[in-house]
Amino acid sequence: MTVAVRDLRSFWQRAVRIGRQIIGVPDYENYLAHLRRHHPERALPSYAEFFNERQEARYKGGGGRCC
Amino acid sequence: MDSVAAKIGWLALAAIGAICLGVIALHRGESINAIWLVAAALSVFTIGYRFYGRMIATHVLKLDPTRATPAQLRNDGLDYVPTDKWIVFGHHFAAIAGAGPLVGPVLAAQMGYLPGTLWILFGVVFAGAVQDFMILGLSLRRDGRSLGHMLRAELGNVAGVICMIGVLVLMMIVLAVLALVVVKALAISPWGTFTVACTIPIAILMGVYLRYLRPGRVLEVSIIGLVLLLLSIWGGGVVAADPAWAPYFTFSASQLAWLVIGYGFFASVLPVWLLLAPRDYLSTFLKIGTIALLAIAILFSAPYLQMPAVTKFVDGSGPVFAGNLFPFLFITIACGAVSGWHSIIASGTTPKLLANEREALMVGYGGMLVEAFVAIMALIAATALHPGIYFAMNSPAAAIGVDVQSAAAAISQWGFVVTPQDLLDTAKNIGETTILSRAGGAPTLAVGMAQLLHNIMPGEGMMAFWYHYAILFEALFILTTVDAGTRVGRFMIQELVGLAVPALQKTESWTGNLIATAFCVAIWGYFLYQGAVDPLGGINTLWPLFGIANQMLAAIALILSCVVVVKLKRERYLWVPALPACWLVICTLTAGWQKLFDPSPKLGFPAAAKKFADAIAENKITAPAKSIAEMQRIVFNNYLDAALTALFMLLVVAAVVFGVRTMLAARRLSRPSANEEPYVAIGASA
Repeated sequence: MTVAVRDLRSFWQRAVRIGRQIIGVPDYENYLAHLRRHHPERALPSYAEFFNERQEARYKGGGGRCC
Repeated sequence: MDSVAAKIGWLALAAIGAICLGVIALHRGESINAIWLVAAALSVFTIGYRFYGRMIATHVLKLDPTRATPAQLRNDGLDYVPTDKWIVFGHHFAAIAGAGPLVGPVLAAQMGYLPGTLWILFGVVFAGAVQDFMILGLSLRRDGRSLGHMLRAELGNVAGVICMIGVLVLMMIVLAVLALVVVKALAISPWGTFTVACTIPIAILMGVYLRYLRPGRVLEVSIIGLVLLLLSIWGGGVVAADPAWAPYFTFSASQLAWLVIGYGFFASVLPVWLLLAPRDYLSTFLKIGTIALLAIAILFSAPYLQMPAVTKFVDGSGPVFAGNLFPFLFITIACGAVSGWHSIIASGTTPKLLANEREALMVGYGGMLVEAFVAIMALIAATALHPGIYFAMNSPAAAIGVDVQSAAAAISQWGFVVTPQDLLDTAKNIGETTILSRAGGAPTLAVGMAQLLHNIMPGEGMMAFWYHYAILFEALFILTTVDAGTRVGRFMIQELVGLAVPALQKTESWTGNLIATAFCVAIWGYFLYQGAVDPLGGINTLWPLFGIANQMLAAIALILSCVVVVKLKRERYLWVPALPACWLVICTLTAGWQKLFDPSPKLGFPAAAKKFADAIAENKITAPAKSIAEMQRIVFNNYLDAALTALFMLLVVAAVVFGVRTMLAARRLSRPSANEEPYVAIGASA
């Protein structure tokens, strides 16, 4: 039973990660890893800050979308 | 051994494809099953991908798996991120697939299923997928730069400006024609109007949830949104059946046009998190889900195509759009076979995400093949309908009149026997009062989809549910395009006007923002309104303009590809981009020429203007206009459309001239002269 719950949970988390990237929100964990590695002096944004910033950026200027 | 087996496998697939195509092309009389089309498409696409696509990757673009991509060179975790290829594929496909591949094939179905099918199958393999893939490949070697940047770098500043004007005008036409599709679908349809109107509060709710309640939980809020959407479809049925409420949601086409114009203005000045972004997320997931659902419905219900293979309307006398098979079929089906828009996306986000150059084959070439498959499915949905129903829905009132008796009589006379009762029954089954003259593709596709889905999931009243589901699905992403496009148009206008009035360039300033937005909405709104009141139905006029503009942009993108191939000294493979480039130049210029100079008022814009101007001179009111003022407007609009057509032709010719000049200059050099970024091996930058 617990295995099933764990599987379900990991499936959902995978779906969330893929879903976010398909709609153009980059992977948060990946960005944190990038910051830690290359810019250790910077403060890490919370997911909410990161999401809001990316959402604004996506619709600024050219919007990639077809008819 | 393995390769022998593989060869036998590919030969077998080629044989299957050839047999399916043969059956489709030679079958006459009895109707044919849609599965033949699906099988033919899948074989042609697989073979095209494996051989033509791979040939382009290896020999034309020379994609190099050891070469670092922009995502690796500039990896910043935000814009440039090496990403799993399936996710890039999903992202790219969601960005290129829109209403285009659904609408064009439905309109082209008036010529029968065969011409459209052949153009989609071969157009995508030799033109559409080539364009998307090559532009993606070029951008990958140029830091993920945009089409406009690449044109400026390879062909000079003037070519860059041509592209910018072309894109801006194309965008305005796209917004107008897509908004018109929604208007046509919702006119006199309280159910549809209520359901689509509900998407606004639903999206706002989602936006607030995403911002304040559970920040950034996109997938869960999309599921909530989907449930609310399904409830709103049900609610629409209740509202439409209620004599007290229904009138509040019943609008004529011109009223709806004003509503959409007002909506476009407000939606595009609101903050993106409130309306645009949440609805975009919802519409992206819904789009992917619905396309999958449509594929399942076609496979399981295996419908017979009721439309003949070729109708008599290939001679240009069709009621849905005017003009002969050549060039107008190739203009009408743009997205799905080849679409210039894609070159903007292929040089936008996608090249900044790919982790390996070789993956561009799957994302660029493969992504477009999937879009073509969507177009084939739309064609199946439209041609599986009774042709009588199809023509009733897609012919303007000027051709079939305004009641079921006159419509049935006119359509039966064309050879597609249908009774007034059939038309009434169809309307009743889908929960509407009328299906007449709903050109624009969306309603036809919705009826087709509703029948297919009803075949596999029967149930009382389910037809009406599926019909409005399909309308909602299309309206959702069209309205998203309308407000996202208005924003983009506003930025472009601010940039352009800002050259003269620097104060307007500040995109944060509310004054500049409102003025530029109003200006942008006024432009597409003008064309939308013109289409909504156009007695010939609007789609008749606007869709060819859109097609010409879209194919013009594709021609420009392919000319850029030709130039780079020559600059890289790979002239042996010049024919790969040159073949579709020439074809599109021929199609757009011929179509443009006919739109300008054809003496028939049905086809030529100036001819139509002259017909009405002459009548005005004689003080005679010519149907379908009802007053002299209305006629004067028709005259003006036709001249305006003619001027736009001339502009598009001029842009194409200019692009050809610049392209040929650059190619000749590059040939004289003894070394490669393209502006590629230098080679860096994967891993060397880290």
